Formats: sequence, C-alpha cells, structure tokens
Amino acid sequence: MSDQDTGESREVTISYHDGTSRAATVVDREVPYPDGKLIVSRTDPNGIITHANQAFIDMSGYTRDELIGVNHYILRHPDMPSVAFAGLWETIEAGKKWHGYVKNLRKDGSYYWVKATVIPNIRNGKLVGYTSVRRKPSRSKIKASEELYATLM
Amino acid sequence: MAYNLTVSPDFAPDHISGWYFFNTWLQRQLDVGVHLELYDCFEKQRSDIRDNKIDMIYANPYDASMLVRELGFKAIARPQERPDETVIAVSAESTISSVEELQAGITVATTDDPDVHTMGMIMLEPADLDGSNVTTKEVDTYVIVAKNLLNGNADVGFFLKDAYDELSDLIKGQMKVLVSSQISVVHHSLLVGPTMQEFIPRLEERLFSMHEDEKGKGVLQSMNLEEWEPMTEEETEFMIDLIDTLVIE
Repeated sequence: MSDQDTGESREVTISYHDGTSRAATVVDREVPYPDGKLIVSRTDPNGIITHANQAFIDMSGYTRDELIGVNHYILRHPDMPSVAFAGLWETIEAGKKWHGYVKNLRKDGSYYWVKATVIPNIRNGKLVGYTSVRRKPSRSKIKASEELYATLM
Repeated sequence: MAYNLTVSPDFAPDHISGWYFFNTWLQRQLDVGVHLELYDCFEKQRSDIRDNKIDMIYANPYDASMLVRELGFKAIARPQERPDETVIAVSAESTISSVEELQAGITVATTDDPDVHTMGMIMLEPADLDGSNVTTKEVDTYVIVAKNLLNGNADVGFFLKDAYDELSDLIKGQMKVLVSSQISVVHHSLLVGPTMQEFIPRLEERLFSMHEDEKGKGVLQSMNLEEWEPMTEEETEFMIDLIDTLVIE
C-alpha cells in the first residue's frame, strides 16, 4: 500500500484522446500486485481489447465480457499524465517495444501499479494488434513514477 | 534419408529413455529414419539448429521465436497441462520470507534454461534486483542449484517448477519457496522444420491419438507426459509475442 493512500473517494470525469469521457469514482486505495503473475491482454490496432487473461480480470475487477470489445483506456487512472500514453502510442506505432510504469484504475475505483511492456503483433508483415504484459514493479520504481507523473499533470 | 530429432537440453534426466522410446515410435508412425540427437547445453544445440542440422525439436519456449520466425519451423503440438513455471527458493534456514526482502549483492544459483532464468530475474524485480546487482552462478542441473542453497553457496535459486517438484522430499524439506510463477501460457512445444513439413498431417493424426493406445500411452508416460494437444499458428505466435515482452534488454 502506498504511503499516500487515504482511502478517500472522489468523483472524476476522465477524458480520453478520442474525445470521449466517462464519470468514475476514484478511491485512494492500492490493491497489491499478486506475486508470480503476469497480466496479459491483447488489443486490435485501435486499442480495442480482444484477449484478457485471468490475472487481468482479477486485478481489473471487470468480467471478461466487460473487457472484451472495449478500449484499453478503460483502465486509465486520472493520476496518469496523458503524455505517458502519447509516448506509448508513438513507440508502438513505430513498431517498437514500450516499457513503462502505469497506475491502473480498477472497476471499484481503487488502483494497482504495474510494470508494463507493450509490443506490436506482426503477422505476415502486417500489424494485427498489440500484446501488453504487466508484471510486479518495485516500490522504489512506483515512488519514482508517482513523483514524476505528478510533475507532468 | 534420416531426419534429426532433438530435445531441449532442459528435459529431466530421469526421462531420457522416454525420448528414445518416442523416437522409435515416431519412426514407426512415419515410416522414415529419425535420429535422436541430444545436447547437454543450449548453445551447441542452437548452433546446430542454425546450421540446418535439425528437422524436428521439442523446444524450450524461449527458442520458439528463432525456430518459427527465423527458420520456418511450425509448432504442431504441446504437452497437455504442462506449462513452464518458475520457482524461486531459498534455504529453509534463511531469514528471508519474501522476494522484497532480498538485497543487492545476493548470489543467484541458476541453470542455462533460458525461460526459467528470464522468469526468475523478472520475479526479482520487485526487490530492485537485476543483472547489475546480483551475482549469477550458472550450474548444470536443478539438483546442483538446490545443493548451492543448502551449503550456503547461493542465496536464492531458480527452478523449473516441474524439476523442483521432482526433487526428493529430503532436499525440498531444507528449502522454502519465496514465489512460484502462475503464467499458464508459456510451455515447451514440438516443432517441425521445413524439411519435414510433408509429414505434418500424419504426425498430427498420430500424436493427438497417441494416448489412446497402450503402446503410445506407455511412451508418453516414460516421457512424463499425459498427452499431446494441438497448437495453432496463432497460439504459437501469441506465446512468442509474450516471451518477447519478457526479454530483458
């Protein structure tokens, strides 16, 4: 659990890069990343989720049906600066692998930190989507990311 | 013409005879000569693969990328319910009870098994440990990894979970597990090279019914496998993509 956690909740409107937005409840409570697990998801080239493993379902708090077919930004936490995701898309659209630390929003409003890696899926020379694999980050990397992202908001 | 079959060097030594039985079974099913070439290290095996000396391989998931994407191999089967999982263990006498308690400067006993080593290093990341602040001691077998923990020559050990489970109770009783991976989708697979593609239909037919007859079942048991199940091209590509995300650069 982060030192900054207050357990308090707030109502926010989260705006996405495609012009849409949604109202969400955000709770200052961290859910610890489970040891030994990888969260795995795949999207189409537009970021629409096509595959979610059980760890993803468990940690996000959504059902598989709620995740498949929606944009991956459903996990976006309002504390994450948009510049971080701009960097992600710029990297993977160039066909490269992206690494980063991400604070994700759960369905119940609480959050979890991940070390994420995203790679383009190339089949017969053509981009068919992206695979994202998340693993457990260290507390020091989470702390550094919290401090960095606060300056980028 | 005889073809060459090989097996990832991380197979359990107790099941070596099983692979010879499988090779005999294979030759009868395909009605061609197949030579089983075994290696005791990944480096030499990879060199022979690149020199086109191998026609079929039971491969470590880490090597699947090279085999499929660079050399035109096709994954056709995987063992049922045998994912490759990694265990990080310490001596039972160690005061450490979680990965996060580990400190820079520790010695890690590991093997040259690439997927286990990669996953082991990933599971050390929550303690801010990586190749720059741990000493790696590479040994030949998982029994030697365990011995290094028991005699105090290493602080933590990486094990293939199957190999850890097969250690004697006496050895396991002197260790404790800090973390065990639960990935499920990374596993060994049977791949066929470009020279043997014509045999794939017959091979698939025989492999997927192998557990249904007594002889086939006996061979599978000697390899410590239950049965083969099909592996689609997309499942193979997915596994390779996933491993690509784990490669530490």
